[in-house]
Amino acid sequence: MKIHEYQAKATLKKFGVPIQDGVAIKHINEFDDAIRQLQEQGINQYVVKSQIHAGGRGKGKIYNPSNTDEFILEGGVKFTKSVEQAKEYADKILGNLLVTHQTGAEGKIVKTLFITEGLDYKTELYLGILLDRAVSKNVIMVSTEGGVEIEKVAEETPEKIVKEWIDPAVGLQSYQARKLAFALGLKGNAFKSFIPFIKSLYNAYEHTDASLLEINPLVITNDDNVVALDAKMNFDDNALYRHPDITAYRDLDEEDPLEIEASKYSLNYIKLDGNVGCMVNGAGLAMATMDIIKLAGGDPANFLDVGGGANKETVSNGFKIILSDRNVKAILINIFGGIVRCDRVAQGVIDAATEMHVEVPIVVRLEGTNAKEAGELLRKSSLNFEVAKSFNDAAKKVTSVLKN
Amino acid sequence: MSILVDKKTRLVVQGITGGEGSFHTEQMIDYGTKIVAGVTPGKGGQKFNGVPVFNTVAEAVKEKKGNTSVIFVPPAFAADAILEAADSGIKVIICITEGIPAADMINVYNTIKNKHVTLVGPNCPGVISPGKAKVGIMPGFVHKKGKIGVVSRSGTLTYEAVKQLVDAGLGQSTAVGIGGDPVIGSKFIDIIKLFNEDQDTEGIVMIGEIGGSAEEEAAAFIKKNVTKPVVGFIAGRTAPPGRRMGHAGAIISGGKGTAAEKMSVMKKAGIKVVENPADIGSTMLKALEKGKKKKTSKKKKDKKASAKKAASRKKTEKKKSVSKKKKKKK
Repeated sequence: MKIHEYQAKATLKKFGVPIQDGVAIKHINEFDDAIRQLQEQGINQYVVKSQIHAGGRGKGKIYNPSNTDEFILEGGVKFTKSVEQAKEYADKILGNLLVTHQTGAEGKIVKTLFITEGLDYKTELYLGILLDRAVSKNVIMVSTEGGVEIEKVAEETPEKIVKEWIDPAVGLQSYQARKLAFALGLKGNAFKSFIPFIKSLYNAYEHTDASLLEINPLVITNDDNVVALDAKMNFDDNALYRHPDITAYRDLDEEDPLEIEASKYSLNYIKLDGNVGCMVNGAGLAMATMDIIKLAGGDPANFLDVGGGANKETVSNGFKIILSDRNVKAILINIFGGIVRCDRVAQGVIDAATEMHVEVPIVVRLEGTNAKEAGELLRKSSLNFEVAKSFNDAAKKVTSVLKN
Repeated sequence: MSILVDKKTRLVVQGITGGEGSFHTEQMIDYGTKIVAGVTPGKGGQKFNGVPVFNTVAEAVKEKKGNTSVIFVPPAFAADAILEAADSGIKVIICITEGIPAADMINVYNTIKNKHVTLVGPNCPGVISPGKAKVGIMPGFVHKKGKIGVVSRSGTLTYEAVKQLVDAGLGQSTAVGIGGDPVIGSKFIDIIKLFNEDQDTEGIVMIGEIGGSAEEEAAAFIKKNVTKPVVGFIAGRTAPPGRRMGHAGAIISGGKGTAAEKMSVMKKAGIKVVENPADIGSTMLKALEKGKKKKTSKKKKDKKASAKKAASRKKTEKKKSVSKKKKKKK
């Protein structure tokens, strides 16, 4: 699960991590109060930061959502010393469309702003914590190349990324914290403040079951303090059950409405751009089905894993979700019946399709237990199913159906 | 021979009285797997389907000489169940449970790493050595005894591949589902090592998917050490980056772990990578035939190699057609 910067910073603050702090607002009439709160802390320069679940906000562009040709503002993160200027920025960004290299051309509507203190700093660094799957340990990565995309650094100058792997039995050790500080070239007070910084940061990562914690940039202020200027946190979905406070941060506005709907039926659905809807049992087979549709000249409209059950109810819910996508011109059902019997799945498909008056052509491929009986059922039904003999045949039938 | 599970397997089912555990216990018994005990804390002393239930794995090992365990306990308690099995003298632990937090698995992986125990999974269909033992949730009837080792991150896609092998006349020595999570006990490389050492395994099918770099690491090992033919497929060529495709581990992050990248590394390592997931069985059949031809042509020490190869090809074709005719007569 992803959360916003202001939520990540609130989380880090609880663990004592020094952050660039501020006040989140959802409406422009909350602006004056936010500024007052900052001024009470002696703050006199400000940053207006767009809160969306995508990177590249600073270099993004703001457009009018009802007329995407109308360009409004350069940059989704704005620094200023003037309160009036800050308010003008806030007004121009809030409710409008932010397009960054990560959002794609369609962009994202900015529904929340984080109004923060503006810090004077001399150095930008990078810090990331994530799972290194190759060794099954968490790894802390730092780089002197802060403020730029770390993927770029990894590709062009990998030697500038320094890593420390954490032994889960003993946790992050002081010598490792020092190694990272030295690698970043820190001296004096900056060095001293980095050690507790990284320790509390790693503590936050571990205790929240984060799957990614990225501070980019991490800054050294003019008075030699280490502060998280930005914060990005992702969490392990499997562990959310033990973090109700994190789960409460879920922002449904950032998710595809169809995917939210699907999750209500415990269906694993991901929307794509194509025109062939697919319904499959098992994630691997679902991906392979998308791949084979593409190979046969079609374009998958979605990923949908209906799981082990594949009964009438799951199939009709699947139809509901798939058909809500207007691009879908045909549906491919690919079920490998192991424990679940194919004739039962077939009956579920027939019942669901009849009840829902599905009009797009449906290609069904059922393999495994009672596959023959299932094929008979489908052929005898009054509905117009294309029954595929094999995996390949299924993909070909779908593309030929599309051509007609 | 086969790997991990066989006729010597004495299985302990952890979570035998739960919904999943009880259903699959029956299925495994029907297949002929020797289940010697079940474990559900607090239900020791009961019998389930004729299987004695114990409170702890240690008791099950002591009383019934269990050497392998399969885990069906809920995700919040599964990491504990794995550690209990490892601590009680179980040698092969197969964890079916889906949804275990990654942090729990990091602890488990690093704790049992130096013990003499093999963990398969979590979030996997299990391990089957056809005709010998089925430890997991896969449909047993799809499989057939034979000489191909199958290793995969998937469930149903593995059954699909196995079916293709059977259709091509190829049985399996063992089929291993290693699981779809980012932290798993046995990676491709661990299972491929076992298949490589197993005398009865003549070819290996590896089915990977997007995310991580386990396929690349296995490819490097295969290039160096494996002479048996390896057929590979990577699911998720059409998957968008940054999205978790069902499995917790199936995600392209930071531009890494794409199918294209994995396929190219695997090809370079000499693995026969199929673009189309429907070609897995036929490609393995071809690879085996080619391997046999290579062996025979080496023996001949021929000068005009190409000419003779063509000739021998014709011969085998003739032989095939003859044998087909014979079959028809039968």
